[in-house]
Amino acid sequence: MSTTAIPTNTKWWNGGRSPFNISYGKVMMWYFLMSDAFTFGAFLISYGTIRFSVNHWADPNHVFNAFPFAGHANLPLAFVSLMTFILIFSSVTMVLAVHEGHKMNRKGVEKYMILTILGGLAFLGCQAWEWTHMITGDHAVLVNGQIEHWGTTVTRNPWGPEVMHNGAMVATPGPIAFGGYFFGITGFHGFHVFSGVIINLVMYIKTKLGHFDQRGHYEMIEKAGLYWHFVDLVWVFVFLCFYLV
Amino acid sequence: MSSAATLHHADVHGSHDAHHEHHHHETFITKYVFSQDHKMIAKQFLVTGIIWAIIGGLFSVVFRLQLGYPESTFPWLEDLLGHWAAGGKLKPEFYYALVTMHGTILVFFVLTAGLSGTFANFLIPLQIGARDMASPMLNMLSYWFFFLASTIMFCSLFVQTGPASGGWTIYPPLSALGDASSGAKIGMDLWLVSMAMFIVSSLLGGLNYITTILNMRTKGMSMTRLPLTIWALFFTAVLGVLSFPVLLSGAILLLFDRNLGTSFYLSDIVIAGKILPNEGGSAILFQHLFWFLGHPEVYIILLPAMGMSSEIISVNSRKPIFGYMAMVGSVFAIAILAFLVWAHHMFVTGLNPFLGSVFVLLTLLIAVPSAIKVFNWLTTLWRANIRFTPGMLFAIGFVSLFISGGLTGIFLGNSALDLHLHDTYFVVAHFHIVMGVASFFGMFAGVYHWFPKMFGRYLNNTMAYIHFWVTIVGAYLIFWPMHYQGLAGMPRRYYDFSGWSSFNMFSGLNEFISFVSMIVFAAQLLFVFNFFYSMFKGRKVTDANPWGSNTLEWTTPINPGHGNWPGEIPEVYRGAYDYAKDGKEFIPQNVPVGDDESKGH
Repeated sequence: MSTTAIPTNTKWWNGGRSPFNISYGKVMMWYFLMSDAFTFGAFLISYGTIRFSVNHWADPNHVFNAFPFAGHANLPLAFVSLMTFILIFSSVTMVLAVHEGHKMNRKGVEKYMILTILGGLAFLGCQAWEWTHMITGDHAVLVNGQIEHWGTTVTRNPWGPEVMHNGAMVATPGPIAFGGYFFGITGFHGFHVFSGVIINLVMYIKTKLGHFDQRGHYEMIEKAGLYWHFVDLVWVFVFLCFYLV
Repeated sequence: MSSAATLHHADVHGSHDAHHEHHHHETFITKYVFSQDHKMIAKQFLVTGIIWAIIGGLFSVVFRLQLGYPESTFPWLEDLLGHWAAGGKLKPEFYYALVTMHGTILVFFVLTAGLSGTFANFLIPLQIGARDMASPMLNMLSYWFFFLASTIMFCSLFVQTGPASGGWTIYPPLSALGDASSGAKIGMDLWLVSMAMFIVSSLLGGLNYITTILNMRTKGMSMTRLPLTIWALFFTAVLGVLSFPVLLSGAILLLFDRNLGTSFYLSDIVIAGKILPNEGGSAILFQHLFWFLGHPEVYIILLPAMGMSSEIISVNSRKPIFGYMAMVGSVFAIAILAFLVWAHHMFVTGLNPFLGSVFVLLTLLIAVPSAIKVFNWLTTLWRANIRFTPGMLFAIGFVSLFISGGLTGIFLGNSALDLHLHDTYFVVAHFHIVMGVASFFGMFAGVYHWFPKMFGRYLNNTMAYIHFWVTIVGAYLIFWPMHYQGLAGMPRRYYDFSGWSSFNMFSGLNEFISFVSMIVFAAQLLFVFNFFYSMFKGRKVTDANPWGSNTLEWTTPINPGHGNWPGEIPEVYRGAYDYAKDGKEFIPQNVPVGDDESKGH
């Protein structure tokens, strides 16, 4: 325990200032993101545990091969690549919005926030289409010697191993954990994107009303940006775990 | 960017100051209900925690009646509980509900929210020299989310099928299937929703505690000059922020299993002859998710008690705490290890024995920092000029309980012994002593020590001494015999042991334990009376620093307003433990270092 007087202000950790030279709001946001990362981490690790404890898992190239208005064309992972591109592009516009905020350029912030919000909404729209397609799309499944037509839901998985039936290959029911984890985790991520869009919308309105100009800085945009980038980053992991592996 | 950020930081301080000066017209609502003053929020947490503690404690007395007097009937129980105690005898279903809610309430609502919520809110700004929390708004929301969680949990006590009854650990499939038991119906859903609200509250609180400690320390308050209370509360908050989200994930998946037909935790289950369609899930997965929170949770409960006891022991020993940096380091080590030992709750789940041995090693490693802390407390007390204030007695009681309960942890941490001791009364005795009663002692120590700062009055000492002696003796009388019962294999969570000849020899002991638990509960009611009586009628504090303490909270006026210091925030020149230095009894942290002062201690 040191009792010698050290001149303050010269040392980052000696009190009277932020040791990271950032406001409390950003420190708080970083810790929140760490916390949220643990939530997603728990989900993804649970998914991995279950997935690798069963012998068969749905082949993503097979499950995710549809594209809107493309009929039955086999386009593996094309649509999800588009979704990913949209989301990452919205991260780019977010960076630009933060950058315009540093320059105190209100018009620029407004423009890029709108683009970011549109990107988020486009992603959510894509996800809605993908979910609808999976839940309502019929797939032939051999159940107890009979052919049935199943969609992919939290209780049904038509993507099981294929067997020979009447001279043709037909799928059998797969592990139902697939639907639960897919809808559970992409849904939880989608909920994050949705709340991010709401936050960005509030930031856009506040920018429009000139709140940040009055305040003299656009730090709120930066904090919203941290959250938005985090949501994108999580998507990269979700993409990896559900579509690529 | 960095300059803008620094400016903004300065702005925050400025606006706080301005806020303070313009705060003359507070209404009842802004001052007592939707208050943003950290001291009022702390008191809200404390009073809500006390109410929960009375409910949770009363539950234990009721189920101890069943365990102690399994042959008797109590007609008044029927008046109180209706059909749950038809004929004056507790129904088995409700016995399980009582045990479950006793655990839930005391672990989460009292010893997490009531303990951290009270003392982190109260002490962090006061001891680091800040006008309030980093975000008073989120701090207020933290309390009100806790209030919402409390309301939902309280409502669940009154639903027709009863509150959750699958144990506080809510293991599936019992908790996942509404048909499994009456308590697995709507009561279980309310439990999960309430806990989700609770996790939001804990997150908002924890983020505030962390950022306040990092960003808002006054000039000169370097991290190594922080009182040990603040260090403990800091690591508590970090544990909470990083472990509760995992329980949230587990709870969300459980809600889906219950209500959306998913099979995260369910597989191959037959209920009443009917085969359920769920397959492929893993009930053990839930246990991993639960204990990844559940184990850090016991340190979330224990660390604030450790921190406060360190501070109170040093102040009342009139000696610096022995080994300040070792104390900080051991709290840090405990916080890290807390995340790495969760599977020691799962030795009998069929866990790979090799993996089990890794968890044994990591678990036993916790004994090292724990022992460092214990020896430092004892060496602080060694040859000290001890003042036996009620707060000090409870702090010493904490050390005693931590030693007694910690020793049995070494037994349980061994997977080979745990096979025999798992889910017996040995476990019940262990965790009640080491984290239940010990943390309560830390909490009582904190309340007795900081009550003068909270309310400007003292608690009544006579009642305090009665409270202490009845509680410490009673706690040992209740929990010490349980070790013998557990070694003999008596399992926990059983409704009635009278049917087993192997446990008949304990019927007298069970009766004795139940009898003592009633006396101890009555002593707690005495404390509650003392608390509310002294709040209004207690002896007034006349000295701003009644305990002769070094920390900054005692440099505020006796009844500090919103903003804590009427003038400038004091600057800090020294660590918090300059007691008995250079012939001076104590040197507060805001006293500049004199020219002739000796270096170090």
